[in-house]
Amino acid sequence: MKKMLCAAALGLPFTPAPAFAGIDDTINNAIAPFSNAVASAIFYSVPIAGTQFPLIVGWLVGAAAIFTVYFGFIQFRAFGHAISLVKGDYSHPEDAGEVSHFQALATALSGTVGLGNIAGVAVALSIGGAGATLWMILAGLLGMASKFIECTLGVKYRKELPDGTISGGPMYYLSIGLAEKGKARLGQFLALFFSICCVGGALGGGNMFQANQAFQQVVNVTGGDASPLTGFGWLFGLVMAMLVGFVIIGGIKSIARVTEKIVPFMAILYVGIAFFIIAQNFSNIGWAFGQIIGGAFSPEGIAGGAVGALIQGFKRAAFSNEAGVGSAAIAHSAVITNEPTTEGVVSLLEPFIDTVVICTMTALVIIFTGVLDNGLTGVELTSAAFGAQVSFFPYILALAVLLFAFSTMLSWSYYGLKAWSYMFGEGQVAANLFKLIFCIFVVIGASMNLGPVIDFSDAMIFAMALANIVGLYILMPVVKQEVERYFAKLKSGEIRKVAATA
Amino acid sequence: MSDTYIVGFDETDASHRAATLAAGLARTTGARVHLVHVLEWSAYSFLTQDELAERHKRREEELKRAESVVAPVAEALAANGVQATSEIRYGHAGEIFCEIAEKLGNCQIFIGRKGSRTLAERLLGGLAITLVQVSPVPVTVVP
Repeated sequence: MKKMLCAAALGLPFTPAPAFAGIDDTINNAIAPFSNAVASAIFYSVPIAGTQFPLIVGWLVGAAAIFTVYFGFIQFRAFGHAISLVKGDYSHPEDAGEVSHFQALATALSGTVGLGNIAGVAVALSIGGAGATLWMILAGLLGMASKFIECTLGVKYRKELPDGTISGGPMYYLSIGLAEKGKARLGQFLALFFSICCVGGALGGGNMFQANQAFQQVVNVTGGDASPLTGFGWLFGLVMAMLVGFVIIGGIKSIARVTEKIVPFMAILYVGIAFFIIAQNFSNIGWAFGQIIGGAFSPEGIAGGAVGALIQGFKRAAFSNEAGVGSAAIAHSAVITNEPTTEGVVSLLEPFIDTVVICTMTALVIIFTGVLDNGLTGVELTSAAFGAQVSFFPYILALAVLLFAFSTMLSWSYYGLKAWSYMFGEGQVAANLFKLIFCIFVVIGASMNLGPVIDFSDAMIFAMALANIVGLYILMPVVKQEVERYFAKLKSGEIRKVAATA
Repeated sequence: MSDTYIVGFDETDASHRAATLAAGLARTTGARVHLVHVLEWSAYSFLTQDELAERHKRREEELKRAESVVAPVAEALAANGVQATSEIRYGHAGEIFCEIAEKLGNCQIFIGRKGSRTLAERLLGGLAITLVQVSPVPVTVVP
């Protein structure tokens, strides 16, 4: 009866519930073979230590480790300077009114902090065990170096479009930067490859995964399997798609503005609640860290042992903070600065906040509350951990999930559109076509099962890193020059804090 | 006697009244009238992706528009024999006026009273209240 009322309330013609619920299965069955094919191609794995190791994970983490060494552990050396830049210590008053470092970081973070932090971490722990947490933190720390190099390049090679707006990101540094290195054809190929994958990533991880997990949490807090919404993923997706459509097609910026303002506070609230839960279970600290450290090196009952835990930790960290993927460079490139290095330095904070702080909080809550072995996964596991402490926390989590999902969708619709426009031009018709496709994928994502959605989402996001990281390797000497020049100026006092200059 | 009269000017009737009073006094005292137009801005506000991309362009447009508002008034004052200069700044109006006043030293501030428009202004007070409370130089609020 409730299902009928739901449908009637939305003005839908009355149809028996099983017929509506069947739409979810139909969509899932239609898309799953395609998403499986894409995922198996991207996640080509080789057997290592008795488990399958996806080469793409090694590609991402290997690159992050190389960048870390190449730039002399920049993520640790420049951490304090990054905070100084965000505080505005080096911002000149005459630049007021331009995009500040804080604004670029906050906007990039609202695109990054999404369900990867809540649901993705739970997936990693449910498959890889508690030990995945340690590898996730390590991958987050290494990822700071990848983010640094791509955001520095994003600013260095950004373009001012004829309409006066700023556009930047891997599409531009791959094509322009590699052309400067005498590799114009390779650069164009990589930029095109990146753009195709970015559109796929926007539709997958930036859209379907978000819609899917947001729906799962809504079902979860409204009664689980007995929820009147069970099987109505398409309907939830339709409502989400309409909201997204209002903003990206209808141009109702007020919704986007409100979202941008609420998300940071929601993130702080999320971390605050996580702290509260950890504090309530503080007596478990020895046992919990034993689980994490023991699980990282000699886990029991985890497929693939320590390597299995490592793969899950690395995979979910990369999926969450997107370091090496190239997406953040699109957001960071709008900052007006004469020194591209400054934005690279600021962007180091992104994987730190996203993975080392927020993802770790999720992982600790799941481990401390002891719900890891209850057979759940994804957002349901995180919700169970929150609910284990205070019964109404899952409702706050549901609100956070919806907001994070929505803001991540808006950010990725922008990233996808930029890549789409790079391929098809800046025309309004092409842009609206992409936006329409984006909205349709919200419905598809909410209707599908988690498995195919997560595989497709991961595959497309990681595919972006294939092209991006090739470009980063070729362009890293360019960034090195920028970094050395900038830090030499800083050391000599040519660049100094504004208060000290006055 | 003050050397400079800082006038908050934003094209409203209230700011015109402040400019008129300051100009009248300047004619008798020989002080300079410094028109200041503040574009409210915080480096710590949250912007959407589109706003990030458009910010540089919008800033150029905002500066151009502000210039078109302030420049004719400064020229008119100069034509009437008043030494007039102008400045356009981004930031919080209260902070900017205090900063300019501290920099100039021997000066006064003239602003027009607009009345509280938003709930926040009603509860916390508008620019006039802020300046009266924190300004390092005398403030004239023109009704």
